[in-house]
Amino acid sequence: MWDEAEFAFALLVSGLAIGLMYSLIALGFVLIYKATDAINFAQGEFVMLAGFMATTALAAQMPIWAAIAAAILGMIALSFVLERTVLRPLLGRPVVAVIMATIGLAAILRGLPPITIGAQTKALPLPIGDEPITLWSAVIPPVQVVGVIVSVGFLAVFTWFFLKSRMGIAMRAVADNQQVAMAMGINVERYFAIAWAMAGVVSALGGIIWGSMLGVDTQLSLIGLKVFPVVILGGLDSIVGAVIGGLIVGVVESIAAGYLDPYVGGGTKDFAPYVLMILMLMFKPYGLFGTHRIERV
Amino acid sequence: MLSINNIEVVYDSVILVLRGVSLEVKPGAITTLLGANGAGKTTTLKAVSGLLRTERGEVTKGTITLESQRIDGMRAFDVTKLGIAQVFEGRRVFEHLTTQENLIAGGHIQRHQRKIREGIDRVYAYFPQLAQRRDQLSGYLSGGEQQMLAIGRALMSQPKVILLDEPSLGLAPMLVEEIFAIVGRLAQQEKLAVLLVEQNATMALAVAHHGYVMESGRIVLEGNVEALRANSDIREFYLGLNEIGSRKSYRDVKHYKRRKRWLS
Repeated sequence: MWDEAEFAFALLVSGLAIGLMYSLIALGFVLIYKATDAINFAQGEFVMLAGFMATTALAAQMPIWAAIAAAILGMIALSFVLERTVLRPLLGRPVVAVIMATIGLAAILRGLPPITIGAQTKALPLPIGDEPITLWSAVIPPVQVVGVIVSVGFLAVFTWFFLKSRMGIAMRAVADNQQVAMAMGINVERYFAIAWAMAGVVSALGGIIWGSMLGVDTQLSLIGLKVFPVVILGGLDSIVGAVIGGLIVGVVESIAAGYLDPYVGGGTKDFAPYVLMILMLMFKPYGLFGTHRIERV
Repeated sequence: MLSINNIEVVYDSVILVLRGVSLEVKPGAITTLLGANGAGKTTTLKAVSGLLRTERGEVTKGTITLESQRIDGMRAFDVTKLGIAQVFEGRRVFEHLTTQENLIAGGHIQRHQRKIREGIDRVYAYFPQLAQRRDQLSGYLSGGEQQMLAIGRALMSQPKVILLDEPSLGLAPMLVEEIFAIVGRLAQQEKLAVLLVEQNATMALAVAHHGYVMESGRIVLEGNVEALRANSDIREFYLGLNEIGSRKSYRDVKHYKRRKRWLS
């Protein structure tokens, strides 16, 4: 009985910790969708590239802090360039065009590292020790603690940004109606670029944290697949939703792995979130916190 | 203040929608632009506000000047910075923002926080109803409140010229009167130049000082409102009155010929 509770608690805590790290990646997706209405299928590849940038910087004998800064700056630059060259020309085109463009972009970005710096897995050690933190029956590795702190920090900052700052309100206005926003004196294109840059920063930190946990190779981009259940659960354009959705997906995964895997021989971790996503789409298509389309009668 | 000189507007490089339109908007007064659907009224406004570019339209001839500075071909947000605000047809508030956030977004070009606060207070003074709704999502406001918000939002940039596109659309007659009265006060007290586009000619001619009538892309009539109200064509086609001034009966207007429908 007591063992049961200990086991459940351990699953729950590790699920929550992993879940918050999913949120971090989903945040990048949500930022772009919220501000520009573009669905970015290349989010996982962004995370992967950030990891590669950091390991490349490390390989060039840079200290770890400089490598992290390099990854962040590199991702900002990359986001600017991609927004300008790929996304902006598609402004005002059908949603499908943008989706296809980002899928294509994902394939290209995934192919880039093996061509340029080789496909072998690289380690990305963070100087945070490896003494795990024990919480009753749960054991949390230090990387995940950092992940949790970074996620919560970003959540707070972005929530404040969108609700209180003038820039954030302008960004929401752009998302609401681009033409009208333009007539209010808002430089819509500049705000698109800012949104992509913000997503770049989030992806960079996601890439560093996940990269140090899993190692950096092209497999890292698969983390992007977790973004979809997270954002569908939380709502495509909700910052809070990304966090809650991440927590739910993390916990569901961990519980499924803990209780179902022994019976079916493993793998439930990967499909349980998608089952949840499909149920969500049936019953609550805007997610838990997503914006409903307003219809006045 | 704002003058449009003989402009021609072409969409998609081929479709000519405005042909030699000229008009003049003066500060402290309401100038109205009347016309039926598709006459080119909204296109004229978009030519001024710079939004034509987003719809693949272009001013190909003529000039638009604000206080003798050329603004045709400028980008929309630069035009706004120079002092022209547009209130869109169908209100177009930012539905997912609250009333107050809509106003903050409207004051985007203001550099100082203080100006925004003052602007918000000014809007609430003109439209006290909005103050009570400040924290509500604007998508759930009533039509009249949304129209007030759309006008208030435009005021936030402290414009010299305000372009009003059919503020009466879909509103109850009493509300229309209320809103037009406020617009009249705004023009007078804030020395605003108002360009009012309307299909509701009766209301527009009641509040405006000067008027233009558009038909298929050109200005066909111009004058101060007294002259326009007395014009027999305006009375007949825009105000629905006959020679004597009484309301016309539909029996006199519609001459349907019954015809067999099953053979044609």
